[in-house]
Amino acid sequence: MVHPALLVAPIAAPLLAALLAIAFPRGAVAAALSAVGVALVASLVLVVEVARTGTGAALAIGGWPPPLGIALEADGLSAMFLLAASTIGLGVLVVAQGPFGWTGRETRKGYSFWPLALCLLAALNAIFLSRDFFNFYVGLELLSLSAVALVALDGKREAIEAALRYLMFALVGSLLYLLGAALLYAQYGTLDIGLIAASAETNGPTLVAAGLMTAGLAAKTALFPLHAWLPSAHTGAPAVASAMLSALVPKASFFILVRVWFDALPGQAGPGLTLVLGTMGAVAIVYGSILALLQERLKLIIAYSTVAQLGYLFLVFPLAGGDSTAQPWFAGAWTGGMVHAVSHGLAKAAMFLCAGAMMAAAGGDKLSDVRGIVAKMPLATFAFALAAVTLMGLPPSGGFLAKYLMLTAAFASGAWVWGAVVLAGGLLAALYLYRPLASLFAPADPDRTFTSVPLRTELVPLALALVAVLLGVASQFPYDILQVGRSVAAEAGLE
Amino acid sequence: MIASGFDITVCVLLCLCALAAVTGRDTFRAIVFFIVYGLLISVAWLRIDAIDVALAEAAIGAGLTGVLLLGAFGQMGSADTMAREPRGAVLIALVAGAGIGAAVLFAVQGLPPEGAGLTAEVLAQLEASGVGNPVTAVLLNFRGYDTLLESIVLLVALIGVWSVASETGWGERPGIVHHARAGGTLQSFGRFLPAIGLVIGAYIVWAGSSGPGGAFQGGTVLAAVAILTILAGLVDAPRVTTRWLRWALVMGPGVFLGVALLGLFGGAFLVFPQAVAYPAIVAIEIVLTASIALTLVLLVLGPPREAPQ
Repeated sequence: MVHPALLVAPIAAPLLAALLAIAFPRGAVAAALSAVGVALVASLVLVVEVARTGTGAALAIGGWPPPLGIALEADGLSAMFLLAASTIGLGVLVVAQGPFGWTGRETRKGYSFWPLALCLLAALNAIFLSRDFFNFYVGLELLSLSAVALVALDGKREAIEAALRYLMFALVGSLLYLLGAALLYAQYGTLDIGLIAASAETNGPTLVAAGLMTAGLAAKTALFPLHAWLPSAHTGAPAVASAMLSALVPKASFFILVRVWFDALPGQAGPGLTLVLGTMGAVAIVYGSILALLQERLKLIIAYSTVAQLGYLFLVFPLAGGDSTAQPWFAGAWTGGMVHAVSHGLAKAAMFLCAGAMMAAAGGDKLSDVRGIVAKMPLATFAFALAAVTLMGLPPSGGFLAKYLMLTAAFASGAWVWGAVVLAGGLLAALYLYRPLASLFAPADPDRTFTSVPLRTELVPLALALVAVLLGVASQFPYDILQVGRSVAAEAGLE
Repeated sequence: MIASGFDITVCVLLCLCALAAVTGRDTFRAIVFFIVYGLLISVAWLRIDAIDVALAEAAIGAGLTGVLLLGAFGQMGSADTMAREPRGAVLIALVAGAGIGAAVLFAVQGLPPEGAGLTAEVLAQLEASGVGNPVTAVLLNFRGYDTLLESIVLLVALIGVWSVASETGWGERPGIVHHARAGGTLQSFGRFLPAIGLVIGAYIVWAGSSGPGGAFQGGTVLAAVAILTILAGLVDAPRVTTRWLRWALVMGPGVFLGVALLGLFGGAFLVFPQAVAYPAIVAIEIVLTASIALTLVLLVLGPPREAPQ
């Protein structure tokens, strides 16, 4: 049995630091780095404990077990996502010291960034640890508001327009989700995932509730065709914020979606739902990739790549659904989807941080601006290439492990259409990432000069990209962790 | 339950107000109907005996949100009619709205008639919660974790509003400068109403431990008092960089979080031992009210103004 502090720290430490940053901005950087450091250590211990004991850790807040109170619980999936969020979060904050650190004078951006980033990380951890459908909603509110404010932080007109569009999508998503959660409560008299699963039955109100929640969460996860807000928002935000927005924020709503269908309502997703979600995911992969191929700016390529990569997450639904002949492969498909979420997060954060460092050095992020930057920034260029390896799904990266698991499940169970989509997505990723890579590695004009940037802005993305590759090298570990507390439906199927 | 004529009237008016708020292009008209809609909704909550929700809806849904919308309208300058939406967008909104409405109507028909809920569990544990009002017991004790996070959501909203200030305005006072005619109506009200508002606001917070009321509702009334005195030009808003202001903003959520963390010494989180539950919850409500009121005032005032040239 782990100490409750381990479950509380990933949420409470960033929140405390956020309050401190509001009241005492001079101490913001120190408070932020130590708080996220504490969260990282707690997540690491949780992962080790979960792996060692083979069971999750739980805590009834206030000593009130559900249905009256709210329970926190870390199973394998929670622990993995917590660790990814804190790793990426710490990396981002280390880099953010540059643009947002204390300079002896308080500025609008330097003051606002730290509380917003810390609340965003706390909200992610709160969602990853929660087992309660209303508490998820509160976490989503904290997450969305912080994220929207971060998008607007640059203060340019386009950034504020992008933030407003994001706000509209996020609010509609929240409302649909809340409506669904209220219907579930009216039906079952509890908001706890475990208690709902114990009494869930297939009937009209339950399916309407789950449908509304799914629609709302899909909008927040930027699933095609509800992705319209993402590219402008992730491009308009400062690069360090984009790293968190693209790598982590959509994973929170996806995580809740997994909890809805796999944990709370196992066996209730009909073939219609899995087909719709899978099709939208497949279209997202193709559409996002093609648009990424057409962009001229580094940040836009990365943002459209996120639209495509988020599509893979939704292939989990048809691959882990299907009829009973495919059942032996469900668990592999589910695990593949979760590994993809984590490895995409690490690689995408690395890419946005690279883009930020290169923009600072080159004065712009058009492919022609960063042409030949490898000579000036070999580490960042290498980090970008490593992250690209993960996104393309090449061995031995985490992206390869994810795609391998999904492909095996697809072809072994005869769902070759989904398998073909996964394969095509990998090829398309290689295509749209070839252009920026070719540009970065091209010989620069002899008279082209780049501004020097701090070394940490190259080292942090390199570290994150290495972790993403490591996920595939030490593939047994993430695979085993994810099996702890894995939902029944991940084995028995969604339908 | 057979609906009375009064209920039917409220429902019809609700639908009409909602329609009037979303159709038409006159911005001011839309805001006014939105406020009326909020007040009617709070009447509807009263009719189903949800007094706490009615109070919150009247204070925040109709009152505060209305003020925020009017404030935004005032700063929009000449944009008093809205642009015409593209026909496709209207069609999508109509289809989506009708679809969701139909789905919810269908779902509500299928809900258990006796109504599922946790009323019995809450009442059974009410004594252990330390307070007499079941709503306060849920908000501060049983599900205090949600409330703790919500109080921080409000702070994030304020930081978000501040963060869109102009670059040069940082450190200035928030909102625009208000002038009221000396001895005029606004100034007289500004001197007279705060005394009453303070008493009502404090009472609503205090009453929350045993009857309807609480930090969010009471905080809204107190915020209205402060906004009135600022509008009347009697006091000026503090600069956003003022030290006491910032500590006061984080005090409520900070004390709540601190008390919650104390439980870790006993291996729990956000736990109120029954012996100290009542004073602890009342103390948290009081500091939370102060922080909420201050946050709401600053949300209404808006981002720091441009530096004087």
